[in-house]
Amino acid sequence: MFNNPARNDWLLLAGFSAVVLCLPVLLEPIGAAYPALMQKFCIFGIFAIGFNILFGLTGYLSFGHAAFLGVGSYAAVWSFKLFTMNAIPAIVMAVFFAALFAVVIGYVSLKRSGIYFSILTLAFAQMCYNLVYSVLTPLTNGETGLQLSLQDPRVIDAMFIEPAAGLPRVNLFALNISGGGYAGFYLCAVMLIICFFIAMCIFRSPFGMMLRAIKSNQTRMRYTGFNTRPYLLAAFVISGMYAGLAGGLMAVTDPLVGAERMQWTASGEVVLMTILGGAGTLVGPVLGAAVIKYCENIFSSFSPGTLHGAFGFLPDAIEDPIVSFLSLFVGDGWNLTLGVVFMLIVIFLPGGIMEGLRRIRMMFNRRPGNGRKIPATQTQPAE
Amino acid sequence: MKFENVNRRFILKSGAALGVGLAAPMHFIRGAYAEDMSCNMPKGDTVTFGWNVPLTGAYADEGADELKAFQLAVKHLNGEGDGGMIATMKPTALKGNGILGKKVAYVQSDSQTKSDAARDGAKRMVERDGAIMISGGSSSGVAVAVQGLCQELGIIFMSGLTHSNDTTGKDKKRYGFRHFFNAYQSGVALGPVLGQEYGKERRAYHLTADYTWGWTQEESMKAATEKLGWKTVAAVRTPLGAADFSQYITPVLNSGADVLILNHYGKDMVNSLTQSVQFGLRDKQVNGKKFEIVVPLFSELMAQGAGDAVKGIYGTGNWDWKLDDDATKAFTKSFGAEFGSPPSQAAHTCYVQALLYADACERAGTFYAPAVIKALEGFEFDGMGNGKTLYRAEDHQCMKSCVVVKGKENPKDKFDLMEVVKVVPREELDYDPAIFGGELGPSDPKQC
Repeated sequence: MFNNPARNDWLLLAGFSAVVLCLPVLLEPIGAAYPALMQKFCIFGIFAIGFNILFGLTGYLSFGHAAFLGVGSYAAVWSFKLFTMNAIPAIVMAVFFAALFAVVIGYVSLKRSGIYFSILTLAFAQMCYNLVYSVLTPLTNGETGLQLSLQDPRVIDAMFIEPAAGLPRVNLFALNISGGGYAGFYLCAVMLIICFFIAMCIFRSPFGMMLRAIKSNQTRMRYTGFNTRPYLLAAFVISGMYAGLAGGLMAVTDPLVGAERMQWTASGEVVLMTILGGAGTLVGPVLGAAVIKYCENIFSSFSPGTLHGAFGFLPDAIEDPIVSFLSLFVGDGWNLTLGVVFMLIVIFLPGGIMEGLRRIRMMFNRRPGNGRKIPATQTQPAE
Repeated sequence: MKFENVNRRFILKSGAALGVGLAAPMHFIRGAYAEDMSCNMPKGDTVTFGWNVPLTGAYADEGADELKAFQLAVKHLNGEGDGGMIATMKPTALKGNGILGKKVAYVQSDSQTKSDAARDGAKRMVERDGAIMISGGSSSGVAVAVQGLCQELGIIFMSGLTHSNDTTGKDKKRYGFRHFFNAYQSGVALGPVLGQEYGKERRAYHLTADYTWGWTQEESMKAATEKLGWKTVAAVRTPLGAADFSQYITPVLNSGADVLILNHYGKDMVNSLTQSVQFGLRDKQVNGKKFEIVVPLFSELMAQGAGDAVKGIYGTGNWDWKLDDDATKAFTKSFGAEFGSPPSQAAHTCYVQALLYADACERAGTFYAPAVIKALEGFEFDGMGNGKTLYRAEDHQCMKSCVVVKGKENPKDKFDLMEVVKVVPREELDYDPAIFGGELGPSDPKQC
């Protein structure tokens, strides 16, 4: 049983770190071991972990988290344009501005709960999107997207470095982060591990317990004399900062930001990631994020030709129907695959991928003669 | 957190795990770089191209046609099929046996008409699949975003359909090349025809797709029509991919304008044009004149989508399959034989771009990116459907003729929807590359 939760946590963190840092090796067989996609895994992992702090712990479903992601990205790119190409100020600015937005939006939205809260956040996010898309075009460059240019002042860089020809790259002092390569991935991976650790601390802390209590019965909390609003607002802002960090990292690894990053579909995506992986679990959201990004990037790249290659060993009479059926689910039909996977998981595994993993583990542990006791896992959904 | 269980053994274990983790990156750092290596130089007997086209979103039809053209280009480059424009291109170094003896392979990705998705796709093709050149387009926003990425990665980007002035203007890049014409040239080509047809006393209302292409096309059309003496009543920006334009069309009715200029493309244009016609704009008389609609950038695929609404509408195109030269005929024939329909201008420009890149590699004798860029810059060629064409070195824009087209009143079949009103010669479309600003940047090779 749970003899030693703290030690188990350290093991979980060590295991998680090892898996994340070894992603380039682990993902090789499934064709996902290239830096751009692994960066996306880490960044959306951070985004989903943050979202899970709000949704998984308090049960408040925000439909507007993409707004913070976008704010983070814009803040980071403006930091590159105005101050320096160093990644650290950009990340700090991204988190700061996302927090600022989260305080304002959270203060208003958290006056309501349940579906009204969701709608309010959705409305705010849509407002932000429209502002970014058309009203604030001078600041955001609208649909075209905000890019670096040679005319940018970059005041801090200009004081210290003689500018080279062409656009500078994002750097971490001597290390180039943007422009491909593994440096960007390792930066994101380290950030993901730090974020995971912070989330774990929150989950295990009295503060986390308070958030869980809000989820299970907020009215009772109030009657016992707790004011739940500050806790909720804190959770909302923390999760907004996570989103801002994710947005900032997106800009750091690729210094361009477009308005579509803030669209409501992007907010919906993080909800899907969290539910797919397992809301309220620590590792679940990261897994969900990875599965969705994998589908988006890999399934969309398959063409009927690829399928013909894969099923080439079958006789033509069988091969052609199989290929024409499966080609519905790849290429531009990758959304369909995702939809089917999502439906299956929600229907058969309401606790997401984490529940599936737990069931598998239970199955092995129940075997007679195994000798081990059934471990209660620490990755239980908060309920 | 409790720390009392952190003992010596635990620290040793976690230290070992951490060590493995930190050592992992070393595995990926490649060996010494040769002097003349650029990103993804082919090592085996194939060279990989990456097609980055929209298969979903407002420009999906164009994207699908571009993909067909790319597939055809790869076939022809590898010496399969009838060779298409390889036979008519002059001068050409292409032999129809691949490029520099290597067979051409390709990978593709769906750009979704979104910059983020397009860049993700392009990065996958470069980092995982080893693509040496990226091509495709349909949205200038996406093209500008991917072009910027390619400059950073040191991969040549042969843009497909992108019509914004910015692609080879303000946002031009050393690694980006455009064969397609631009909004400025549309304005120059279309202006005189509009003046002749609709007179000098007109009041124009613009509906504009709200991104780089729409902005520059609106600017260019304003300049061209105001030169004629027209007045601009209003210019309203609409979001890309809006399905319903009625809220933007209603105000046109009461604005006192007598010409509506639709700076829309793809499904957006199909929707806005069809809805304008349904609102009865074209049956109206304003200021004593018949109300007219103009679509500055026009294509066969959009005409198919919009049906009867396109009849009598003026616009411009980069190229049209009904042009009467050997290259156009050869290309239309092999495209038709392969896919059963005539190629669109999007397909044409993508096909030509693929061939031009291949030819530049042959002439340079290497895939080394800076050398290929040099071979493309200032290259003058003929026999690709647009007459004598120059790849201008200053901004990487092709200088060539373009066509003014009009929706046909009595089409013969579903492919015969537009007639070529005028072929505007290259001399009239020439402009000073300095007017749009921007800088190409360096061509130094990148390692990846």
